Amino acid sequence: MKLKWISYPYITWMIIFIVVPLILILFFSFTSGDIQELKNLEFTLDNFKRFMDPMYLKVLGKSLSLALQSTLICLALGYPMAMIISKENIKKRNILILLFVVPMWMNFLLRTYAWMTLLSKNGFINFIITKLGFSPLKLLYNDKAVLMGMIYNFLPFMVLPIYSVLIKIDNKLIEAAEDLGANKMQVFLRVILPLSLPGVISGFTMVFMPAVSTFVISRLLGGGHYMLIGNLIEQQFLYVGDWQFGSAISIIMMVFILIAMGITAKFDKDKEGGGLW
Amino acid sequence: MVNKIIKKIYTFLIFAFLYAPIIVLIVFSFNNSKSRGVWNGFTMRWYIELLKDQEILKALYYTILVAVLSSAISTFIGTFAAIGIYNMNLFSRKIVLNINYLPVLNPDIVTAVSLMTLFRFVNLELGFLTMLLAHVAFSVPYVVLSVLPKLKQMNKHLAEAAMDLGATPMYALRKVIIPEIMPGIVTGALIAFTLSIDDFVISFFNTGSGVTNLSITVYSMARRGINPEINALSTLMFISVLVLLLIINKRSSKDSKGGMISYEKML
Amino acid sequence: MKRCYKTLLLLAIVLIISMVGAGCGQEKPVLNVYNWGDYIDPDVIKDFEEEFNIKVNYSTFTTNEDMYVKLKSGGTSYDVAFPSDYMIEKMIKEDMLLKIDMNNIPNYKNIDDKFKKLDFDPNDEYSVPYMWGTFGIIYNKNVVKDKVDSWNILWDEKYSDQILMLDSQRDSIAVALKKLGYSMNSKDLKELGKAKEELVKQKPLLLAYVGDEVKDMMIGEEAALAVVWSGDAVYMMRENTNLDYVIPKEGSNLWFDNIVIPKTCKNKKDAELFIDFLCRPDIAARNTKYIGYSTPNKEALKELPKKITEDKVAYPSDEEVENCEIFNDPGKFVKEYDRIWTEVKVQ
Repeated sequence: MKLKWISYPYITWMIIFIVVPLILILFFSFTSGDIQELKNLEFTLDNFKRFMDPMYLKVLGKSLSLALQSTLICLALGYPMAMIISKENIKKRNILILLFVVPMWMNFLLRTYAWMTLLSKNGFINFIITKLGFSPLKLLYNDKAVLMGMIYNFLPFMVLPIYSVLIKIDNKLIEAAEDLGANKMQVFLRVILPLSLPGVISGFTMVFMPAVSTFVISRLLGGGHYMLIGNLIEQQFLYVGDWQFGSAISIIMMVFILIAMGITAKFDKDKEGGGLW
Repeated sequence: MVNKIIKKIYTFLIFAFLYAPIIVLIVFSFNNSKSRGVWNGFTMRWYIELLKDQEILKALYYTILVAVLSSAISTFIGTFAAIGIYNMNLFSRKIVLNINYLPVLNPDIVTAVSLMTLFRFVNLELGFLTMLLAHVAFSVPYVVLSVLPKLKQMNKHLAEAAMDLGATPMYALRKVIIPEIMPGIVTGALIAFTLSIDDFVISFFNTGSGVTNLSITVYSMARRGINPEINALSTLMFISVLVLLLIINKRSSKDSKGGMISYEKML
Repeated sequence: MKRCYKTLLLLAIVLIISMVGAGCGQEKPVLNVYNWGDYIDPDVIKDFEEEFNIKVNYSTFTTNEDMYVKLKSGGTSYDVAFPSDYMIEKMIKEDMLLKIDMNNIPNYKNIDDKFKKLDFDPNDEYSVPYMWGTFGIIYNKNVVKDKVDSWNILWDEKYSDQILMLDSQRDSIAVALKKLGYSMNSKDLKELGKAKEELVKQKPLLLAYVGDEVKDMMIGEEAALAVVWSGDAVYMMRENTNLDYVIPKEGSNLWFDNIVIPKTCKNKKDAELFIDFLCRPDIAARNTKYIGYSTPNKEALKELPKKITEDKVAYPSDEEVENCEIFNDPGKFVKEYDRIWTEVKVQ
């Protein structure tokens, strides 16, 4: 169909705004020397070799693991929520889905600070707990707080794509399955879940990828106890001024994520190519 | 019956989780102290000072302007891109999609710095235009990600059937495909708007000439302690969005049948 | 559906017109100022605009490093900026600043001489002091009953899980170096190695590495001890009278935020006018009262109430700051600091 020509303007845009910056980053990662003096740059693999230190690999591992955990929990919490909202009548579900997104319009730093106020030793939650007679819990500055912060930040991005697919699942399919004798669980597993998979893959993509490179949440809610790959990259670009090492780390991170997403492609049996690969 | 109660409780818990910090934000906008650590009495002074604060109001103006424009533009570009990509052969589709996802993959700082380098490379002065372009650049992939599942869900033969019946490709696009994928388009627009309104890193490195947004203003204040005027502003923004939702809700129920149908087609 | 499109189009047109309209009609000269957030009294800016009929375009940055990347990339035309000491040194080295013609700044004489000819700008050619302060330990008097006068207390196991350190490479490494008696600008790998060990030893005792939220945490009594800057300490002690601040005897850091004119300046005359304006005693006094940090302007001090000028936290005696050093620009050596910091964090 000639419809594919509609995408050509975007492809041009993409080449300018995505491919060219990517080439710049690749260029930086393979060079060493002062980036101000373009003539003195030499080709090298040093930046990549430097990353192969167990210390840096530990950082990457921790980031990937944290991202995976938060994405899976987002999926577990978000899918039921998307289902519940999609079953409501039109007016109610439009309102609900908008209400779901609105908290994201408040400034991120403020929201995270607000969580700190809630979770801190003298914060609101501990205030209630102590009034009930228990001893205060340490809710802040640990892994759980970071996970919670990440889930808080990414949940709408998981719910929205799944929701948009769920609402258009033809009810007649479900009725037909029930007529043929399927119980609720079978209807869900055999009919609804497979049909909603494109939305799930989109949601997974929209959460996992940025989650690997977030670090502000772990800095604020985790007490900065560990370093994540996002921190490391930011430090290289801003504090150290070593754009080359920073670019190399970004490329390595990109490769790892692409591999991880390649695994999810196994779920895309239709080979429609909505996820990566 | 039990099912319904469980659903209601679950929904309530999730929404409580989502709104807990917002409520804290609102409460502290009335705190007679700059610090979150102590409650010093009730006051409206931050609201009054907010109205006099030119800097924050200017930031608010640019934030909303850029958010609306960039989400509109990126939704437009992204929707057509998704439709086009969907109709490509498998190999080119995979390549284009993988490239499309790069801004989502990359940490903000890498996208920010690489875009800034690009703009400087073509000697473009940093300001409103560059900030807008940067916002569109990072929003479009998310729109594509939102529209694609709807395209996959749509019956491919609908468009073909329309064209067999005599419709031109453009007509089929307008009257058949787009209405079918509308929920994906709206979702994409919502996500693009959300990302734009709260972006700091990419905005900071790609703006100049006095153009600023709320995020930059807030993050810049962090060293000195965030002025509760921002809390007051956030509260006001939140209330206006709620009021807007209520108005839209009321209007759609009073609308005639025609209005109801067009609203139904939105989501 | 069509109605939707039409209203959206109308909205877009209105927005674009208003945007363009706001840009036009600027006949007054414009001054682009690049400063930290909330670091100047807004009324001071308004007074400047009225007196000289110049429009001030005020933009903000979050950290020295962010500001540096923006200025380095070009593409912006800031006339005046407010970086910190080590960043000024770096910017002078990289030829990013214009020399200030001190003849155009008659009020420069109001600045106390002890703030002139500092390491980062030895000939006072590129910068004019704006605010200064120290770096020390703030602690909760009710919780910490021991005498607090040394960095060692931050390693005291008695206060385990109640200590806060800064999530900043240079500042935390500096604390460790000073504790061991070395210079905070040390480039000696052996000394740095020892500093790293100290930080690793300290890590299990810490509640957290914090950034700007340290203020609210200490006011809210979440922790007993923290490392903060003097300006913030004044604010915190006002909000919570249980807090006290001390500069440890091993010495600490003396910091300065100065005003500079970047090379991208388009309007040098007005920039110097603005700097001169900020050095006027009455203006500096008002600004200092608003910001709450310490002013280097000795004439302004005369106009401030005793409560402020006699505050030992804001204006420590010369003996107290004897062992204090100013941060130098480490240049390429910052990679070493980064490696050490990453190693500490990964434990």
